[in-house]
This record gives sequence, structure tokens and C-alpha cells, in this order.
Amino acid sequence: MAVATRPLPVEAPPNVPTHRPRRRWGGWILPTYSGLVMFYLVLPILVMILYGFNNSGPKRVSFRWLGFSLYGYTHLFAKPDLTAALKNSLFIASVSTIIATILGMLIALALVRYRFRGRTVTDFVMFLNISAPEIVLGASLLSLFVTFGVPRGLLTIVIAHVMFNIAYVAVTVRARLAGFDRSLEEAAQDLGANPWTTFRRVTLPLIFPGVLAGALLAFALSIDDFVITNFNAGTTQTFPLWVYGAVKVGIPPQVFVMGTLIFMGGVLIAILNVLAQRRRA
Amino acid sequence: MEQRVATRVQLVRKPRTRLGKRLAPYLLVFPGGVWLLIFFLIPILFMASVSLQTGTLESGFRLTWHFGRYVEVFRQYRPQFLRSFAFGAIATGATLVIAYPLAYWIAFHGGRHKTTFLLLLLLPFFVSFVIRTLAWQFILSDQGIVLGTLKSWHVLPRSFHILATRTAVVSGIAYNFLPFMALPLYVALERVDRRVVEAAQDLYASKAKVFTKVIFPLSIPGVFAGILLTFVPAVGDYVNAAILGGTNTTMIGNIIQLEFLQNFHYPVAAALSFILMFILLLGIFAYARLLGTRSIQEYV
Repeated sequence: MAVATRPLPVEAPPNVPTHRPRRRWGGWILPTYSGLVMFYLVLPILVMILYGFNNSGPKRVSFRWLGFSLYGYTHLFAKPDLTAALKNSLFIASVSTIIATILGMLIALALVRYRFRGRTVTDFVMFLNISAPEIVLGASLLSLFVTFGVPRGLLTIVIAHVMFNIAYVAVTVRARLAGFDRSLEEAAQDLGANPWTTFRRVTLPLIFPGVLAGALLAFALSIDDFVITNFNAGTTQTFPLWVYGAVKVGIPPQVFVMGTLIFMGGVLIAILNVLAQRRRA
Repeated sequence: MEQRVATRVQLVRKPRTRLGKRLAPYLLVFPGGVWLLIFFLIPILFMASVSLQTGTLESGFRLTWHFGRYVEVFRQYRPQFLRSFAFGAIATGATLVIAYPLAYWIAFHGGRHKTTFLLLLLLPFFVSFVIRTLAWQFILSDQGIVLGTLKSWHVLPRSFHILATRTAVVSGIAYNFLPFMALPLYVALERVDRRVVEAAQDLYASKAKVFTKVIFPLSIPGVFAGILLTFVPAVGDYVNAAILGGTNTTMIGNIIQLEFLQNFHYPVAAALSFILMFILLLGIFAYARLLGTRSIQEYV
């Protein structure tokens, strides 16, 4: 009887007119809102690019817009200490990316293919490493260096960057490794390939997209890192550290120009990566 | 006969491959594991040890098991602790409210351009964190293109300012960590089985009902992951407070940084970081117990 008191088909038609305006309402509200949030996300980027052209002289970019100038671009390397900091950043990012990518890739391979004692522990340590606040990672590593009197510099920064990148690489590689076909490796070994050849000729090409993604992430995280680097750099300057230090005395136009160029390079690589993946798929 | 030889060969070979197989995962994990052990886990012990030492930079620090330090520093810096957690919570709430509709729209109505929208979401990461924050200083500054222009149009009073206020710091934090919230939300919403949504619609659930009874509950893992990924770095952040804030917006991160790198009060700084880590770890552990460690890694 309860069914009879609620005749569904009869109720359905009145629903239609109330549905329509609502749909139209949601039809423009949500996209407009999303567009605004995306604009909000890119606004500081636009500001950075714009202020790279602000005509406020070589010393510091003024908050006020003073007209268009290419000074920052034509004198990109006019600040030797800023250039040195950028070079340090590129060096640290390259070295730490290479090390972290190899170590992270190996962990990912172990986690994907084997069930072993310590798998859960490895998983948990990486989870902790990723979720721990940066300031704690930086401060604890500095405690270690202070205790042993290790002088802070390029080496300690590289150590720190590898430390926070391993887990990110491992997680990224593992995510892409999920559908990995082991029979291909077995086939190679059945055909007489030794483990190293199997890895080089079969495994690596198969996992390469994941490894590349992990390496790009590691590079991006490294070149951008401020907090952990700040704790373990000593007097060595990296690009983010130099910029932070310059906030109080004034930002020269080169900072925004370098930021713009790094941004363009990153976007270009990301787009190429997406296109390459699309072609493969 | 041939078969017997074959089985014997297998018998001889098997133990070797088994040993190799048993060792292989450890060999693979070893280098990275040792790195994390020495430079991530063990340093936490050293931080604990440093926090219990007394002394000065000149005379040297000695381990005196000075547990009272924890009470001292917590008392001394309670306002900064409370402020950090309040700023972190407000900023996290704001990112959730801002990011959810966006993630929902991309996941359900993104259409062909989903990848483009996701790339847009990630764009801020291509600019250094410090420069992004610096750009907000330019946007929010009194003479900058936004406030300056609005003031010259008399939309805002001359005396209006945002920089060096709590609003500036919280909105800076919210901006910087917005993608950390939006991405897990998107992943969770993208995973919602469309057939379940259709089933709800077929059963005459209203749009609001479909959302509150089906889509939102299924997206909760993403909400949790987003909250964790945003809240933890937000509480520990000091860049936003340093660049956008003033003297009354100091967060605990600023204090730790100051004590460690400028005042060289290593024990004080170590104790503060240890307290911060402890409180945040409690939350992280609770999260891991609730949803498992893999679930967060899936959203990174």
C-alpha cells in the first residue's frame, strides 16, 4: 500500500519545469566561479611577469607601475650574486634530482614487485616523510649537522634535497608502475638476458615515463625549496633564499625576469610531456 | 629421462633464484632507505637530544636532560602556537570552500579540456613559492596595481591597507596551498563511479540529494587528504608571515627560524619544532589509522 500512496510516474512530470531553470542557473554559476578561481591562481604569475617589465630602474622594482621597460631582460645577469644563487639552485636541483630519482625508482621497484618484510615500514616512513612539515625536516636535519659540526653549504643542501625527494619520486614511479607486465622481464630472462641487460633493455624503457615524471617533480621541488634549504644552507645562497633575503631591501627586476623564464621553461616541459604521453597513448 | 634431468636442473637452480628473489627487495630499498634513515629519521632523535641540552653557542651545548625547557618554551610562545594553528585552520577551511566547487566542476564538467584545467591548477607550482608570495605583496601593497588603482578610483579609502594584517597572511597561506587541496579533491571526485550517480538520478533523487547523499560522501577521502596536505604545511609555514605579515602575525615557524638561524638558541628552537612535530604527528597518525597510509600517497 505504501507504494500506491507514492505514484512515482505522476510525480515525475512536475519535476521537469523546476529542473530547468535550476540547470540554467548552475549552468553559468559554476563555470564562472571556476574561471574566477583559476584566474585567482594565475594572478600572481601574471603580476610576476608584468613587474618584470616595470620601468623602475636597476635597483628595485617599485610597487607602483612606472611604465614599460626591458631592462630586466637586457641586464639579466647584471647582479653577480643573484646569478651565482641561480647557478647554485640549478646545480643543486640537477645533482639531487639524479640521486633521488635513482634511489626513489629502486624503492618503487621493490614495493611494486615484491612482498617482503619491511614493506609496510618503508611505506610508512615515506608517508611520514611526505606528510611531515618542512620546517621539522629542516630543523631536525640541522640538529644533526650542528651536533656533528658539519659545515653547512652546497653538500648539506644536496643531502637535504635528496632526503625530501626520494619519497616523492618513489610514489610517482609506483603510481605509473601499477599496470607493469612482469612477463616481459621473464621473457627477456628466458631468452638469456642477464639481470642488468634485462633492466636496461626491458624494465627501464617500460617504466621510463614514470621515472621521467618523478625526476621532473623532484627537479621542480628542489629548485623551488625554501624552508628546508634555509635551515641547511649556511651562507650559501640559492635562488629562493636570495629572493627572500632581498624582500626587505628591495627586489631587483632580474628576480621577476628569472622567475618568468623558469616558469616558461617549466610550462614548456610540462606541455611537451603531456603531448608525448598523448602520442604514446 | 629428459624430464628427470629437467626437474633436477630446476631443483639445483631454484634455491639460488629464491635467495636472489628474497634479497632483491632489500637490495633495492637499501640505498634510499639508508638515506632516509640517516637524514630523516635519525635527525629527529638528534633534534630531541638538542632540545634537552643547555649552554650557549660560545661555551658549547651539553646534554643535561633539561625537560623543563618544553614547559618554558610552550609557555613563552603559546600565542604563536595558537596563532599558527588558528591561521592554518582558517586557511585550510578557506581552501576547502574555494577548491571544492572548482574540483567538482573540472571532474564532472571539464569535458575535453580536463588536462588543460589541471595544468592551470598546477601552474602556480612553476613559480617559486617565495616569488608567488612576493607577487601577493605587490598585489596587496598600498600603491600596487590592485589597491593603488582601486584607491585612485575612490573605490577604497586612502587609509585602507591589507599588508601586515592577519587577513594578508591567512590569504597568502590559503593561496599558496590551494592546489594541495584542489588536487586530492579532484582525484576523489574523478573516481566517483558515474553509474552510482546515474542510479541516484534514475531513482528521482534531486540534484541536491545526489550531491549530499552520493557525490559528497564518496569524495570524503579526498577531503581528508586535502585537509592533511594543506593544514600541515600551513601551520609550519613562515614565509607568508614574513613577507605579507607584520609584528603581530608572527607564527611559530618564524620563531623556530629566528631562534635556530639568528639567535643560535638551538635547544629552544629544537624544542619548539619538536612540540610542533608532536602535535601534527598526532593528527597524521589519527589520519593514518582512519584511512591508511596508502590512501594519502594516492593523492600526492
